[in-house]
Amino acid sequence: MANKLIISLSPHVHSGDSVQKNMYGVLIALIPAFIVSLIYSGVGAAIVTLTSVAACVFFEWAITKFILKREKTTICDGSAIITGVLLAFNLPSNLPLWIIIVGALVAIGVGKMTFGGLGCNPFNPALVGRIFLLISFPVQMTSWPKIGQWTSYVDAETAATPLALMKQAIHGDTSALSQLPSSFDLFIGANGGCIGEVSAAALIIGLLYMLWKKIITWHVPVSIIATVFVFSGLMHLVNPECYASPTYHLLSGGLMLGAIFMATDYVTSPMTHKGMLIYGVAIGFLTMVIRLFGAYPEGMSFAIFIMNAFTPLINNYCKPKKFGEAVKK
Amino acid sequence: MNNFKVLMNGIVKENPTFVLLLGMCPTLGTTSSAINGMGMGLATMFVLICSNVVISSIKNLIPDMVRIPSFVVVIASFVTLLQMLMQAYVPALYATLGLFIPLIVVNCILLGRAEAFAAKNGPVSSFFDGLGMGLGFTMALTLLGAVRELLGTGKIFNVSVFPEDFGMLIFVLAPGAFLALGYLIAIVNRLKKA
Amino acid sequence: MKKLESSFKNMVIVLTVVTVIAGALLGYVNQVTAEPIAEANAKALSDAIAVVMPEGYDNNPAEAPDTIKLNGVSYKVYKATKGSEFIGAAVESSANGFGGSLTVLVGFDKDGNIKDYSLLSHAETPGLGSKATDWFKAGNKGNITGMNPGKGELIVSKDGGQIDAITASTITSRAFLNAVNNAYAAYAAQNGQQVDTQTGATPKVEAGTENAEEAETNVEQN
Repeated sequence: MANKLIISLSPHVHSGDSVQKNMYGVLIALIPAFIVSLIYSGVGAAIVTLTSVAACVFFEWAITKFILKREKTTICDGSAIITGVLLAFNLPSNLPLWIIIVGALVAIGVGKMTFGGLGCNPFNPALVGRIFLLISFPVQMTSWPKIGQWTSYVDAETAATPLALMKQAIHGDTSALSQLPSSFDLFIGANGGCIGEVSAAALIIGLLYMLWKKIITWHVPVSIIATVFVFSGLMHLVNPECYASPTYHLLSGGLMLGAIFMATDYVTSPMTHKGMLIYGVAIGFLTMVIRLFGAYPEGMSFAIFIMNAFTPLINNYCKPKKFGEAVKK
Repeated sequence: MNNFKVLMNGIVKENPTFVLLLGMCPTLGTTSSAINGMGMGLATMFVLICSNVVISSIKNLIPDMVRIPSFVVVIASFVTLLQMLMQAYVPALYATLGLFIPLIVVNCILLGRAEAFAAKNGPVSSFFDGLGMGLGFTMALTLLGAVRELLGTGKIFNVSVFPEDFGMLIFVLAPGAFLALGYLIAIVNRLKKA
Repeated sequence: MKKLESSFKNMVIVLTVVTVIAGALLGYVNQVTAEPIAEANAKALSDAIAVVMPEGYDNNPAEAPDTIKLNGVSYKVYKATKGSEFIGAAVESSANGFGGSLTVLVGFDKDGNIKDYSLLSHAETPGLGSKATDWFKAGNKGNITGMNPGKGELIVSKDGGQIDAITASTITSRAFLNAVNNAYAAYAAQNGQQVDTQTGATPKVEAGTENAEEAETNVEQN
């Protein structure tokens, strides 16, 4: 064994790591993306995000107090705030208030508290909320406002997103790919889409911060991004008129947001590094399959959702060897 | 057990949907609206009563080793009868439920009740068991259908409660069926405890 | 009464008796209900035809449909006549929608203008694609009545056409319009065979066939 096992008497020194500390670290990492969304979507982004966070915290508090009848509320650990922010980041900035509140109720109520609260939920609560809304309100959830409409909220003009254009190309519209914004615009976030997903640059800053603070490891995001790059690269080589280049796939839609913030959720992703790699590669693969061959333009949320369900299986498969276990002959 | 107890047993204590969790396929598949759920429930009840009565009357004539095939033949005959009658006299209902009527054959409630009840009791109490189980199933399906229809389209039995724009489409689709059923089972269990 | 023993002889006899009784019963009911079932089906069809067809026909179009073969697909054409004059036809046509095959019955008057349509069967998403049942009818957003696919193929506005697609259901709308265009092609082809030149329909035959080919390539791309 390379690492010596260190045995010592108590008291042990606590590293200072806690649920709160990690949760607020994630929140800090989400700030750059929020600032970019304010720049491009203005007041709509602010309204949607604030509503979502407020509703999530309220439902968490109400459900723990009145339905579960627990003494201590869990709203201070920050997990409800993160769910609220991530849910809002997955919504268009012109979504009516009541839909956001329904989404928050589903995210916290169905996605999290039904299973017993933080740590017991098999699926990422924000994803549960997003997918529920996507299936329930496909019209509202897939009309994204044009960027740069500072002061408008529900009345904002809408426009096709890069992903919708890519899907049109697959359906035979050869001019669709030429309407794509430049990859630089996609990188900094000057394109239509959900609030938090537009700017790859801001999300990568968040990733670097989380890696630096050791909140997450590189395994999940990197394996997702690498898989998507390889898969879409191969398809692009086969037929460049029909399939957009890998850069576009990486920078558009919820891919960066999903890979960095949604898939890395502690509770719903595998525990070992090997498991994380399997999980990441599978998410990347499923995302591309849905994007290229499925009915929906975006497959990130479904891919993460499906792999959330497989997480216990992956954990079981990648169980670290117990110390002192006899070697099988 | 007297007949009234047998009847109530099927409706409440051993409700086939909420307690025994039998016949989940038609439960999830047909309950996109209250009227569809009720139609499916009533059709199942009809077959269940007939098969229960027939099976309990002939139970002593059937050797143990061939009882399952005989039961299946009895059930399948009644289902086919029902299918032909509905097609002929209520084509509108058949248009919505047509796909699911043949599924009654494989609905575990029928074979389950044949095995668990009709094969051990007389025709009269078997009739009440079929009626109770059928009513329990019908009520559960109607309730589930009503919940899904209300949340999904804002209507109950096609009567508008709130504008359709506020309906959550997921409840009309399959995932919503699972969600609604799960929460209904939770609520029923909670109420039974209290 | 004691339960019958599971001897081989008993089992064979019981199973035979049970199946024979069940079979006889089913056979009897089948005979009784055969006529009402056929009547119900015929009524459903002629009701659908009555909705989409020009008024005032005095034959029974559902009785003897013509089968038209175009590009390997066969279409049923129900003709309506008044006296002995041809006044229109309903064409059954299908296309691949979002959730599976959708079948539509389209009524044309004698000039090839769309009178009305009826969605016979579909497997589209409830609340989205299923809106096709009346989205394209008169008075609604995607109104196609009165249009003539012979003068210009029906295309959704997203693909540069003139018809508003169902919100968030472009694939369904494309499939639906393909089915309508194909129905017109079959209608035109049938007119060319049957009706003399005074209706003016014959020259449209070729245009219609082209439409059908284009429509087919669209289907493949979808």
